[in-house]
Amino acid sequence: MPSIENLSGWGNYDQRKCLTKYLNSSSALRHWVTSNGDSFIARGFGRSYGDAAINSTGHVLHQCYRNRFLVFDEASGKLICEAGVSLADIISVFLPRGWFLPTTPGTKFVSVGGAIAADVHGKNHHVDGSWGKFVQSFELLLPNGEVKHCSRIQNQDLFRSTIGGMGLTGIILTAEIQLIPVKTAWVKVDYKRTKDLNDTFAIFAKDAAKYRYSVAWIDCVSKGKSMGRSVCMFGNDADKKEVPNLYRQTPLSVTPKRNKTVLFDFPNWVLNPLSTKVFNFLYYAGNKNCTKLVDYDSFFYPLDSILNWNRIYGTRGFVQYQAFLPPKNAEKGYRKILEQITKAGFASFLAVFKSCGSGREGLLSFLDEGYTLALDLPNTGENLQALSRELDKIVIENEGRLYLAKDALTDSTSFAQMYPQLPEFKLVKAKIDPRQQIISEQARRLKIVEEK
Amino acid sequence: MKETTVIFGATSGIARALANELAAGGDNIVLAARDEEQLKAMANDLRIRHQIKVGRVYFDALDLEDHTAFWQETLKTDAGMPTRIVLCYGYMTDQEECQNDQGKAKRTFDVNLISACSLLELAAAYFTKNGSGTIAVISSVAGDRGRASNYIYGASKAGLTAYTSGLRNRLCKKGVHVITIKPGFVDTPMTKGLINLNSPLVATSEKAAIDIRKAMDRKKNVLYTRWFWRFIMIVIRSIPEPIFKRLNL
Repeated sequence: MPSIENLSGWGNYDQRKCLTKYLNSSSALRHWVTSNGDSFIARGFGRSYGDAAINSTGHVLHQCYRNRFLVFDEASGKLICEAGVSLADIISVFLPRGWFLPTTPGTKFVSVGGAIAADVHGKNHHVDGSWGKFVQSFELLLPNGEVKHCSRIQNQDLFRSTIGGMGLTGIILTAEIQLIPVKTAWVKVDYKRTKDLNDTFAIFAKDAAKYRYSVAWIDCVSKGKSMGRSVCMFGNDADKKEVPNLYRQTPLSVTPKRNKTVLFDFPNWVLNPLSTKVFNFLYYAGNKNCTKLVDYDSFFYPLDSILNWNRIYGTRGFVQYQAFLPPKNAEKGYRKILEQITKAGFASFLAVFKSCGSGREGLLSFLDEGYTLALDLPNTGENLQALSRELDKIVIENEGRLYLAKDALTDSTSFAQMYPQLPEFKLVKAKIDPRQQIISEQARRLKIVEEK
Repeated sequence: MKETTVIFGATSGIARALANELAAGGDNIVLAARDEEQLKAMANDLRIRHQIKVGRVYFDALDLEDHTAFWQETLKTDAGMPTRIVLCYGYMTDQEECQNDQGKAKRTFDVNLISACSLLELAAAYFTKNGSGTIAVISSVAGDRGRASNYIYGASKAGLTAYTSGLRNRLCKKGVHVITIKPGFVDTPMTKGLINLNSPLVATSEKAAIDIRKAMDRKKNVLYTRWFWRFIMIVIRSIPEPIFKRLNL
């Protein structure tokens, strides 16, 4: 039975009524795709922030029931699984056996397929690169029912366009991923406070390369001299000897935390500039320079313990604005962005900054050598859209780009300027999907797919 | 003792969750269903996750003539001889479609009742010979009282409930235990679009699976999952017919 659901991205921004389907197997998907002329987009766990996994004029195909592990090689750590498997699932099964994800985004509640489609990155991007780098191959279902095996050797153009391709080149059926061996489930983290943006950049330039993980929380409320002050977290995988006593016997298992749930949408006023200021002040004040051992769950997924934290923004929702800037323009660019946000009267509750390594796996991959800054902005309607337009200008001036997994607001002209590879992507797409059957609201807005 | 549990209709939503739940407890599992792609995927998945033995058998509920052959196959897998079985398959479609399409109404009874009787007799004979075993059957709260919105499906499940109660009565003396499982609303691929999934009465299939596993371990007779359905159904059954017939349920 088709069902109708109100769907939005993780930001709860702009809900749409969509026809949805839950299909359990690749043959059921293939049958649906070939016998149904309707447009569609695949959806994993709905963790992209904007409208990438919504399609209000056709179908949204949920992939959550295709979540089975198919092959695991205990010797090499190679895993083949269906694309609806979540990263949380991989961790819970394989971490106790000494294997971990090669890289991970800030939430473990994303699907393997979604991770490929957004070419997600993690705190080790500056050393190891993005998710796409650890994908050996995948099976891709095309709109005509064909299934293509894509890798760096076979069907390279499809491989390169599907990584970071936001689901627009087909449905990923199964994927082969390389897990990495770990000795413990712990990370040894050095906390370092910086006094301003300049200091933050200096410390990243000096220290980031010495650590496998690097990330900074930026206080984006402070103005003037201390603008851009931050708490930097640099970490390395902990050794068995470094694990806290209590866990020394079982260094690979961490007692699961009790997950909390936000039971209702908070009123819109809860997150206001004042409460955000207080939070930012306390967070900065509360983190002194020190070294701590942190379990993987708290280090990589601090927000996952509150299951639907997006509801604290209320029914209005929020957007996340995440921009990449190349090294030469990064400092002045981010300074302008932070100034612009304060000028517009906004305050970002959380702002996350990190340095990134070179090389893009996919045509529309987000990161390259440089820096990235992610900001949460509550949806205040027209104000937010105006701010987003201003920020887009700064990003384009500084030769940067936005992260498609977060984007909800940018327009097609800005997008084309940020992603000069778009025409090449469109060529590949036209070849495998001449009827433009695979489409999302985001693809429509950004004119990645132009309907006739 | 290590159990080997055969799950019929292994690709259904509740069955998938139940297979995981039982395998996590160390059961070896035999999966029986029609969709061989999914059977293979599930078997690999259970082996990788839980490091147990998994067998798989092609099984078509509507192919009554071959039930004996299917049953024989479930005894031959490398997961070992079955010590318990769970019947998880079912067919549910929109009530109105069932009213207007005799084929669909017939299919409802064929799948939910007739094929179940045929299969369960084979299991009953096998377990009686062994003098032990557990037979768990997924019926439905819909079988407790017919309602305008769902009575064809409900009638098939009412038949199944009566059947399992009789079977329990017969096998009790032979050391074989029969459990009737009555799920209320459960979020599965079968119920998508048919029930309002935002209702607080809807349970996840994982929650239902935990209830079923516990009921099997503790040899309960009738299980309502979630537990509050027992009380909801007491209320629904106790409404006098003259009033009940006027209600919109």
